[in-house]
Amino acid sequence: MAFLDFIPNIGRSALQTVPSLGASARFLGASLVAVFNRHFSFQQLLRQIYGVGVRSLILMIVAAFFTGMVLGFQGYYALVRFGATSALGTLVALSLLRELGPVLTALLFAGRAGSALTAEISSMKATEQLSAMEMMAVNPLAWVVAPRLWAGIVAVPILCVIFDLVGILGGYLIAVPVLGVDGGTFWAQMQSNVTFSGDILTGLFKALCFGLVVTWIATWKGYTARPTAEGVGNATTLSVVTASLTILGLDFILTALLFT
Amino acid sequence: MAAEALVELENVHFARGPHAVLTGVNLRIPRGAIVSLMGASGGGKTTMLNLMAGTLSPQSGHIRIAGQDLQKMRAEEMYRLRRQMGMLFQHSALFTDLSAFENVAFPLRRHFRLPESLLRKLVLMKLEAVGLRGAADLFPAELSGGMGRRIALARAVVMDPMLIFYDEPFTGLDPISVGIIATLIRRLNAALGATSVLVSHDVQETFSIADYGYILAGGKIIAEGTPEALRNSDSALAQQFLEGQPDGPVPFHYPTQEDYAAALGDTRAAGEVI
Amino acid sequence: MERRAIDWWVGIFVLLGIAALVVLALRVGNLSGFAYNDGYILHANFTDVGSLKTRSPVKLGGVTIGEVTHIGMNPKTFMANVTMRIEPKVKLPVDTGASIYTQGLLGEQYVAIQPGGMPQDLKSGGTITMTQSAVNIDQMIGQMVFSKASGSK
Repeated sequence: MAFLDFIPNIGRSALQTVPSLGASARFLGASLVAVFNRHFSFQQLLRQIYGVGVRSLILMIVAAFFTGMVLGFQGYYALVRFGATSALGTLVALSLLRELGPVLTALLFAGRAGSALTAEISSMKATEQLSAMEMMAVNPLAWVVAPRLWAGIVAVPILCVIFDLVGILGGYLIAVPVLGVDGGTFWAQMQSNVTFSGDILTGLFKALCFGLVVTWIATWKGYTARPTAEGVGNATTLSVVTASLTILGLDFILTALLFT
Repeated sequence: MAAEALVELENVHFARGPHAVLTGVNLRIPRGAIVSLMGASGGGKTTMLNLMAGTLSPQSGHIRIAGQDLQKMRAEEMYRLRRQMGMLFQHSALFTDLSAFENVAFPLRRHFRLPESLLRKLVLMKLEAVGLRGAADLFPAELSGGMGRRIALARAVVMDPMLIFYDEPFTGLDPISVGIIATLIRRLNAALGATSVLVSHDVQETFSIADYGYILAGGKIIAEGTPEALRNSDSALAQQFLEGQPDGPVPFHYPTQEDYAAALGDTRAAGEVI
Repeated sequence: MERRAIDWWVGIFVLLGIAALVVLALRVGNLSGFAYNDGYILHANFTDVGSLKTRSPVKLGGVTIGEVTHIGMNPKTFMANVTMRIEPKVKLPVDTGASIYTQGLLGEQYVAIQPGGMPQDLKSGGTITMTQSAVNIDQMIGQMVFSKASGSK
């Protein structure tokens, strides 16, 4: 009954998740602390912020624009039935600030920047570059992993804020010039229902958590990849899938904690 | 072998999971010598290099460098020791996002704060020593295999180490590049007053530069000596390795589960070399 | 990419993020405080303010002339006290009335001002005395049912 082989395999991988989770937690701790290591380079951090942040801007702006416009449309057609189109501004803003901004930014980031990080690090492992660094007494966690980790923590909230703003603008452009909602009402209602600490900051906090988690998963998968061509491919795919699911699960937890 | 030993392995055992790689290895690397480590693929040669470099720890036994036991060293001491070691990896392991110049400059930048002009001179000197000063601005993707290996060599010696490890430095190179690398290994060892440990399959090239050699098989040292002594060794296994005989103590046929002779029918006798 | 170019781009990126945050905070959220900062204060007492909130608009003839800045309760009179900030250009006579209406059928509630005819104007800090509280849907339905029931006798 060879087809039942998957059962012990599931058991084996389930038993391995706990120790591997522990190992990845140690990895995260060591990498975060490595900021203070003598081999941490601020220059490398800047390069990484450029690589994962600046180069994701266009993607985020375009995605945000379309998201906001769709929100404008869908929100309008949902609210017009109750004569409550005055609430459209609030709807667009709160949806983006609390949920769509952080989550979509993180998912797109995982796909674009997370996969690139995993591919890069696993390739470095496969070509023995990480071993070479260790031989030269340079801690690879400090030189390679820490700048990428902190770059994600810095870049994702920034991308999220820009996403929120562009999305709201997209929603405005559909609501007011196209669908005829009153511009003053759009902004005024939004302003009276959106709070800085309750909505904007909590959304940003979510984005920060997501940024940390995505880069953690991406660097860990790269660092522990099998040093073969197949290993690199597997690690990259697994990185995006794991990061995406973790974002959605974490979003649920954070929403329950922050908004109730 | 009266020279003082820089590296000593004493009764070292190493296993990777259930698989025993080294089962009681004893060897000494004298100061100033070029010593070769030979053996079949997967025999544990790279593992030995890693043990000597301190990136792996043995299950039992002692590894001493300049008299100091590696297992007993603190992280800070290990760090300082590594700065005096250099390693040339099998596939160069150059940093693909840096130019050749920056690759060689990497250890200097990470460990010292040198004025840029001084650093430039040091790096260019090392590049000149391997004959690639003109390739300083090329990136690893633009270098041929031989050139990449030479840049990696320059990087391995940029801090004037006292102990240099070479992991299969001749593998995959054309004959000219092999000759260049062999010459550089000998020249650099003399110029730096260093000690070199050379892991290789290439018997002919290795013997042309090594002072002493060890042959590793089955997790143990089965033969050692100067190149001439090894050539005249009465170990059948050593002879098979050095002469490159297809069959001998290391059998031609990988052990099978079934009796293939029966499977192949009467057309061939079992064990006949095809 | 060259070192200085990267520094510039990262700097711009971070500044963009900060700017976006500031814009969000001021224009989308209500961090800027109240809009009618140079208006004058008026009070009005209601028995029921319904779902009126701070920052709800104050309208005259459908045009927004101010906003609600504070809603409190007077424990002695058991009336809800609404404080409003009105645009300085709009002067209201002392017999002005204030009612709480709903936008649409189920929308936001706001304060509707019906200007009076007296020559004197309300000064800053004055109180509108003629007020009509928010309509309570439940009460209305109850009254309707009751009057129907008694009417059909």
